[in-house]
Amino acid sequence: MDLKDLYRDVILDHNKRPRNFGVLAAPAIAAQGHNPLCGDQLTIYVDLDHGTIKEVRFEGSGCAISVASASMMTEAVKGLDAAAFAALHAQIHAVLTQHDAEVPATLGKLAALGGVREYPARVKCASLSWRTLEAAIAGAGTAVTTE
Amino acid sequence: MSIAPLYDLTAIRADFPILSRPIRGRPLVYLDNGASAQRPHAVINAERRYAEESHANVHRGVHTLSQRATDAFEGARERVRRFLNARSTREIIFTRGTTESINLVAQSYARPHLQPGDEILVTRLEHHANIVPWQLVCEATGARVVVVPINDRGEVDPEDVRRLLSPRTRLLGIAHVSNALGTILPVAEMIAIAHAAGVPVLVDGAQAVPHLTIDVQALDADFYAFSGHKLYGPDGIGVLYGRESLLAAMPPWQGGGDMILHVSFEGTTYNELPYKFEAGTPHMSGAVGLAAAIDYVEAIGLSKISAWEAILLTHATERLSRIEGLRFIGTAHHKAGLVSFVVDGIHPHDLGTILDERGVAIRTGHHCAMPAIATFKVPATARASFGLYNTLDEIDALADAVVYARDLFR
Ligand SMILES: Cc1ncc(COP(=O)(O)O)c(C=O)c1O
Repeated sequence: MDLKDLYRDVILDHNKRPRNFGVLAAPAIAAQGHNPLCGDQLTIYVDLDHGTIKEVRFEGSGCAISVASASMMTEAVKGLDAAAFAALHAQIHAVLTQHDAEVPATLGKLAALGGVREYPARVKCASLSWRTLEAAIAGAGTAVTTE
Repeated sequence: MSIAPLYDLTAIRADFPILSRPIRGRPLVYLDNGASAQRPHAVINAERRYAEESHANVHRGVHTLSQRATDAFEGARERVRRFLNARSTREIIFTRGTTESINLVAQSYARPHLQPGDEILVTRLEHHANIVPWQLVCEATGARVVVVPINDRGEVDPEDVRRLLSPRTRLLGIAHVSNALGTILPVAEMIAIAHAAGVPVLVDGAQAVPHLTIDVQALDADFYAFSGHKLYGPDGIGVLYGRESLLAAMPPWQGGGDMILHVSFEGTTYNELPYKFEAGTPHMSGAVGLAAAIDYVEAIGLSKISAWEAILLTHATERLSRIEGLRFIGTAHHKAGLVSFVVDGIHPHDLGTILDERGVAIRTGHHCAMPAIATFKVPATARASFGLYNTLDEIDALADAVVYARDLFR
């Protein structure tokens, strides 16, 4: 195992310069995600247009894995409807947790998350933003926690 | 480097089988002793010998093994009494650990005393184990938790204790050593101040017993709690020392076997101290292992151990402070052997993963002391905590790994 497989350049880059970082004003939906183990705290804002993600931003603080995952997610999900987001989320979940899961070529940059599965303690970091956006879309608006 | 401890470090390290196990293909550098320390052969063997030669239930049977088990268990209690310099074994209660010890005091001592508006005084640097049990009894009784502040070095000023003691204060709860910041608190002085106001004091000694000689009579502590697993002993066993006059007046906490003299449906009489607080079959092999751990550290000498850990602390402080962008969290003048720190641009969680890849085990997060860490406006820190077997080379490995992490994140 090589650290460079976890901390790929794309991840380090998104950690240092997170994309779509900031808030969206109402009527955007906000949902909060929290990882008590490491203190990661993210807020995801999403603007839905008839169920399709029009705009998404996030803010908060966290480790490189959670920040990069959130940042890459915001780039990947714009224009997706709830069903397409759920399908992508399922693919990401498999990549993060299943040792033998193929990393689909269609994932693009998100494939960089493929190194996380070798570090079970870090899977929660990578999945936090996805679970939080899922909650926002579902209209839960409640806080998500990894525990 | 030629500085060495006053004991044979190579021989001592050979006593700890886990220290020679490679981690991720590299030699283990174990710097998470504050979370749990490793165990020497002496402890592992004592537990095994108990299981192989002496095990039965204590205080019950007339048969030989039950007597042997009782002797071993009560022998361990006497060993703990001497370790803490308590007056009597009636003051030594075996628990699952520090957390359970504090909960026992909260439920059995504090709860029956507390009226609405009463106060429990604790410091801001406490472990959650010395915060949440008080919040629970306060919720149940209408009392409240009052907090003694810490300064920007992570120190507590005893004068703040004096200022915050009120006619409503029913108990002062203080750590002897902070697990998150390393601060050694002036507990004797704080206890004297509280006693002058008629307030009893519980000391959370979880982080103190592995490093300092404890004398509960000299401290004049009313309650003193610690865990076996931080003292190179087994997990699942800990101690509550309590002043006999206080324990005698307290109702039992849990009911069951061993804590009774006579049971009938008309009424039950409780056993004498300390058994009144030890309901159910205790952790006998754990107590035996704890006694072996105490024998082990006392054979080396706690003053020699703390002298060596002070050298490790100085070296770590010196090496790490040379790293650009590194900031220490907790810089008390009086510190035990641990360093808590953050590094610009790297979340502590990432630091923990990168260090682990190099075999260096540290703790990252809030260390179950969220209010203490929040005082420094960080969500988490990296913490390296030292034990009697750590070496200067291991401190160098820590510093090198931090530099490596910082460069990776450049
Ligand atoms: C200062 C302090 N108090 C209490 C505890 C709780 O100890 P345990 O988990 O063994 O009950 C710890 C250990 O994490 C500690 O460091």
